[in-house]
Amino acid sequence: MTSLAAASGAPRFVGQSVHRKEDPRLVSGHGTYVDDVTLPNLLHVSFLRSDVARARITGLDVSAARQAKGVHAVFTAADLAPAIKGTLSATMFLESPMATLRALADGDVRFAGEAIAMVVADNRYLAEDACELIEVDYEVQTPVIDFERAAVDNSELVHPERGTNVMARGGVDHPELDAVFASAPHVFTETFRQYRQSQVPMEPHGIIVRWNQYDRQLHVWSSCQRVHEVRATLCRVLDVGEHNIHVTQRDVGGGFGQKGAMRTEQIAVAVGAFIMGRSLKWIEDRRENLVSGGHARSDRVTVTMALDDDAKILGVRLDHLEESGAYPVGGNIGGMIAMMFSGPYRMQRLGWSSASVFTNTCGRNAYRGPWNLETVAREQMMDLAARRLGIDPIEFRRRNLIHVADLPFKNAGGMTYVGVDPESCFDQALAMLDYEAFLAEQAEARARGRLLGVGVSLFIEPTALGVGTLIGTEAAHVKVTLNGQVTVALGTGGHGQSIATTMAQIAADELGVDFDDVSVIEGDTDISPVGGGTGGSRSGVIGGAAVHQSAGQVRDKVVAIAAHMLEAAPNDLEIAHGRVSVKGTPARGVTFGEIAKLAYVSTAKLPPATEAGLEALTRYSTPSITWANACHICTVEITDTSEIKLLRYIVSEDCGVMINPMVVEGQISGGVVQGIGAVIHEGFVYDDVGNPLTTTFLDYLIPTTTEIPVLEIGHMETPASGPGGYKGVGEGGAIGAVPAVRNAISNALAQAGAAGITSPVRPCDVRDLLDEV
Amino acid sequence: MADMSISVTVNGAAHAATIEPRKTLGDFLRDDCGLTGTHLGCEHGVCGSCTVLLEDKAVRSCLLFAVQANGRNVTTVEGLTRGQGELGVVQQAFMEGHGLQCGFCTPGFIVSVTALLRENPNPTHEEVAVGLSGNLCRCTGYQGIFKAVEIASRRLRETGEAL
Repeated sequence: MTSLAAASGAPRFVGQSVHRKEDPRLVSGHGTYVDDVTLPNLLHVSFLRSDVARARITGLDVSAARQAKGVHAVFTAADLAPAIKGTLSATMFLESPMATLRALADGDVRFAGEAIAMVVADNRYLAEDACELIEVDYEVQTPVIDFERAAVDNSELVHPERGTNVMARGGVDHPELDAVFASAPHVFTETFRQYRQSQVPMEPHGIIVRWNQYDRQLHVWSSCQRVHEVRATLCRVLDVGEHNIHVTQRDVGGGFGQKGAMRTEQIAVAVGAFIMGRSLKWIEDRRENLVSGGHARSDRVTVTMALDDDAKILGVRLDHLEESGAYPVGGNIGGMIAMMFSGPYRMQRLGWSSASVFTNTCGRNAYRGPWNLETVAREQMMDLAARRLGIDPIEFRRRNLIHVADLPFKNAGGMTYVGVDPESCFDQALAMLDYEAFLAEQAEARARGRLLGVGVSLFIEPTALGVGTLIGTEAAHVKVTLNGQVTVALGTGGHGQSIATTMAQIAADELGVDFDDVSVIEGDTDISPVGGGTGGSRSGVIGGAAVHQSAGQVRDKVVAIAAHMLEAAPNDLEIAHGRVSVKGTPARGVTFGEIAKLAYVSTAKLPPATEAGLEALTRYSTPSITWANACHICTVEITDTSEIKLLRYIVSEDCGVMINPMVVEGQISGGVVQGIGAVIHEGFVYDDVGNPLTTTFLDYLIPTTTEIPVLEIGHMETPASGPGGYKGVGEGGAIGAVPAVRNAISNALAQAGAAGITSPVRPCDVRDLLDEV
Repeated sequence: MADMSISVTVNGAAHAATIEPRKTLGDFLRDDCGLTGTHLGCEHGVCGSCTVLLEDKAVRSCLLFAVQANGRNVTTVEGLTRGQGELGVVQQAFMEGHGLQCGFCTPGFIVSVTALLRENPNPTHEEVAVGLSGNLCRCTGYQGIFKAVEIASRRLRETGEAL
């Protein structure tokens, strides 16, 4: 790469809170979400869903629905089957132990909400009317609902063909642990749980599929996180060439992991469109999204920790169990929990076992930090151990914390950290709080009968995962157009992450053009290079690195052509505002437009042996995990009415070099509030026969403006080793917040001598704990 | 029930249509008026994404039938711009305050904030919290939304402009 420096005074966009390119259309109501797209002769889809968790279907009569007004077709599993040629699983999960997916229930139903039949009609109202005319006869069977019981009880099976309710097991014990536990002066055991949650993107799933049989083009508009995955999945399902499938993702109303793989209903719509040779649209409604759109988090881990008399951790053993539901997306997460459990601490020895268990409930799906239980459990365990040892939890953490001088540091789970500084975030967050002052305030409040609590959580986050896999690589196609503007095509698919803005900031800096002269294209399989989409805190790190590489190559060529045009040495040139000029003689210069004209039009005037064109497409593959770290601190008050009131919420985050601090803080804030919701609001509930009870936003509560404190965010910037020095920041907020809030609640309860919490809580739970004192 | 002919003035322009009486105002705005800025996030009146102004009052367009708006004025997020290609004060403030990420709930918030600031041009943090508690956002943690309201309120104060 050229050593050419940007002109002094040239704007730098990286590091600035530049306003987002996405916003003018979105704030004015001119975005293009999937439901905003319409096509000629478009037909609309509605699904009939199972009312029961587990049953044999002994009768399915769709004849009245087929005769209903405005209905064009009604599909059952048997109707779709001839057109389904391959697996419905996403590419990443082809080797996963997850259950075999099916587009529609076939012969039996395995969770309440499973789609049984698909109605295609002139509009959604008529499609829903026709769904009501479908008659299903169920022979109800005893459902498997309690996952902890299902782990050891196979008397009733979710998937009879598998012969067991255990989907997968994993684990590696440590040979010294038994001896350590037998001899350690302190051994503590506790079990921590998370409730079942839904990701709740504000826009549910949706899809439009147009199958043009005559030019064999399947055009799909999808609300998704990965257009290239949609294409790959449909290619396998329909046995249509990938070159015959075009997937477009425009604006997407959130995903948080739920839209990473195709939903089976979306596949059913594509198959239906393929059979009918028509254009079909399905927009999931909120009830459908809540009961069947994907769930997460229902899990528990039992932690046994051995400590010496100096409160140093000697070893831990984890017994992890997670609920997979009936049709999970992906396999067991236990390995990641083990790999990250030791977080920023020395733990010396770690052993673990894990199992994933099927139940007759909605399937488990990715959700912002799918392995978050490691931090949730560890940070509560740190408080619990400190309390039992009679040590301040801050002091206890310090005794076990790793330091920058220890790097590279191999953690007890076998991961080697580089480029992290947990201690600095810890110090910064504590300073922002003024820990000593809070303790004084807490004691004073206690004296007046008020219960205040403080909770801390520290964690290290593996961002931009997937080394050596589909999601470990991303390509950027950077092109200077004939007029000298720049387009950047990426295989990502932003749905709130501001990628169109942040990637333009990087390209503008690398090339020396203005931010307004760069536009980013993503979410289109025909235009953007194959990429892993958006998820796993990867886009900034891996996509950003690809933009650096490609833009750097283009800049080399820009400079070479400019040097030729200006008859100057490349090292004597500088770039600013899309113009290359001779240092010290600003009048001598050429614009990107003039350079592009040579590259594309007057190609005979190019320097010798220079290819025409002014573009580069390079692919970046991340060589390692990019480690980020943060510290969260929360203070709460438990009121007389047992309400949990959040007083302050502090985050010190180190996500390396910040491309756009405003966007970084937005990502942190959104994650934190989801984490707060996980502790004090959210919980998807089934009754004991598998009936979903939280099927509207009146029952499934997510945080609102009224419960959220103003977040205080501090930054550390330890650069990562990759191009640009960026680290991922998408998931951490949701990881760190859960234990910080729980620890604060436990700490407040402890003021009254009450037991701490190990699971999410409602005010009534807090009351019960206080009453037990 | 027989179809009904209605005429609704939306963002100052008359929209006439013959529709099923059961059609919601939200669906009418999106399907019949082609105004897709109004989003349907829950269709049971909780999330507030579909909020529009009916005669200057913030309402949830998923809970009203279109026929209930017959002969009345409706303002959607598209009607809150300053004119061709120029953002309105609240819209601009959402951009500056990073009051949105995925943008799906945003039209509802912008309409609710407009109604709130018309009623109370200088709200406290508490008043904003209560005033917007009927709108759900899953991306921002509401931090940028509070900032946006503060920016809009300050700008209106500084310029003396009315919303």
